[in-house]
Amino acid sequence: MILGMIVGNVWLDALIRLGGVALLVPLYMIIITWTERKVIGRLQMRLGPMRVGPYGTLQGLADTIKLLTKEDLRPTTADRWVFELAPFAIVVPVIMALVALPFTADILIRNLTLGLFYIVALQGVSIVGFVMAGWGSDNKYALIGAARAAAQLISYEVPFILSILAVAMVASSLDIGVIVGMQGDTPLIAYLPLAFVIFVIAGLAELYRQPFDIPVAESEVVGGPFVEYSGIRWSMFQLGEFVSMVLISILGSLIFLGGWQWPVGGDVPVVVQIALMAVKTSAFILFFIWMRASLPRLRIDQMMAYCWQLLLPFAFLQIIINGLVLAYDWPHWTMTIMSLVALGAFVYVTNRAARQSGVTYQPSAASAQRVGSVL
Amino acid sequence: MASELFDSYVPVLIATILGFLLVAGALIGNFVLSPRQRTEAKGVTYECGMLPIGRSRGQVHFRYYLFAILFLIFDIEAVFLFPWAVTIADLGAQAFWEMLVFIGILAFGLLYAWKMGVLRWR
Repeated sequence: MILGMIVGNVWLDALIRLGGVALLVPLYMIIITWTERKVIGRLQMRLGPMRVGPYGTLQGLADTIKLLTKEDLRPTTADRWVFELAPFAIVVPVIMALVALPFTADILIRNLTLGLFYIVALQGVSIVGFVMAGWGSDNKYALIGAARAAAQLISYEVPFILSILAVAMVASSLDIGVIVGMQGDTPLIAYLPLAFVIFVIAGLAELYRQPFDIPVAESEVVGGPFVEYSGIRWSMFQLGEFVSMVLISILGSLIFLGGWQWPVGGDVPVVVQIALMAVKTSAFILFFIWMRASLPRLRIDQMMAYCWQLLLPFAFLQIIINGLVLAYDWPHWTMTIMSLVALGAFVYVTNRAARQSGVTYQPSAASAQRVGSVL
Repeated sequence: MASELFDSYVPVLIATILGFLLVAGALIGNFVLSPRQRTEAKGVTYECGMLPIGRSRGQVHFRYYLFAILFLIFDIEAVFLFPWAVTIADLGAQAFWEMLVFIGILAFGLLYAWKMGVLRWR
């Protein structure tokens, strides 16, 4: 009877599902922080955290205690309310976006008919938090970081939305459940390889992760908008970043990689669905971590030019290809071929731009030795 | 119908409240657990160890605003594209060419900005 009451009452139902998410988020934070430090450590030929617990697994717990018991500092010249409210402005939209994100066919909070649009809309709100943090801190590094963050996020927002739009065109729906349902035998990455690549690159930029960590670059602006934040307040920014990372990873596996259906179809036990989603999502997260370890940071002019002169025109190209195929009812494989050709052109132009835009430095044996002796 | 629409956005309201509570809970926990010893030096903003000169209420270069304007145009375009994108499979060829005109006008705008050097970060 109690179960019936819970299912019947939309308030209780939502409260219980969201309560589960609220419990999972801190746990997830501890796991992902450990994974990231460990993977980065191994990629840099270090061990990573090893001291707290077996193989350093309890490191996150120790960090949480440390952050909770740290003195909360606020500069005396800071704009008090803007400074204090910035962590809210970063975390709350991310938690709100989780509402529309299903994990499997049954594990979800609510399937919104405009789910995709809703997630995209909330994705753009987090910039307000960054600008608030930068402006409120009364710190020059923070202000520069906030201006850079604003420029980067709004620029990459456009190709990000357009790549999602390409998905919505093929699926004829903004409902994520429907989009996954129509990918039963062929995931959308097969039809839209170009949109997928643009989604991953723009997603990386939306997360401010390397090579797009210009707003929060330690060696340029000392951590950007959150220079002045310490203790648990700082960790709220970290929480926002990590939760949006999992958000984009889940979104990518749902709309491009076939979610919980492909390649086994819809009629499988929940365990298999969870395993499928876990594998796809982890692949995205590990890719993001890998990129952090192996790519150098872009310059800000390269970053902006790359978005407006390359990503944006190619995102429109994908939209036009989709429109052409769908409007004239051509078979879907024509979309694959055109998208692949466009992807080839995209890679070629990117490669050429990368070779032109800097001094190509090829050290001779002697100069390499000289550099080595200095280091 | 209206009630159904309302029902599907109840979780959004609860998530908003829960998000606020999550952050507030962490801040309250910090407030209870942390030591408080304010000194004057702790209230100075960080500037690599130097005492900061002046407030950081400086001006931001205008190129940021140019990109903001460009973003506004293309973001609104994306909002217009969403209803078209969902129905394109049913609407057929005419809708496609009409939207192509719209995209073309904006693409011309982007090309003009490109030509005028707005896209170059100087």
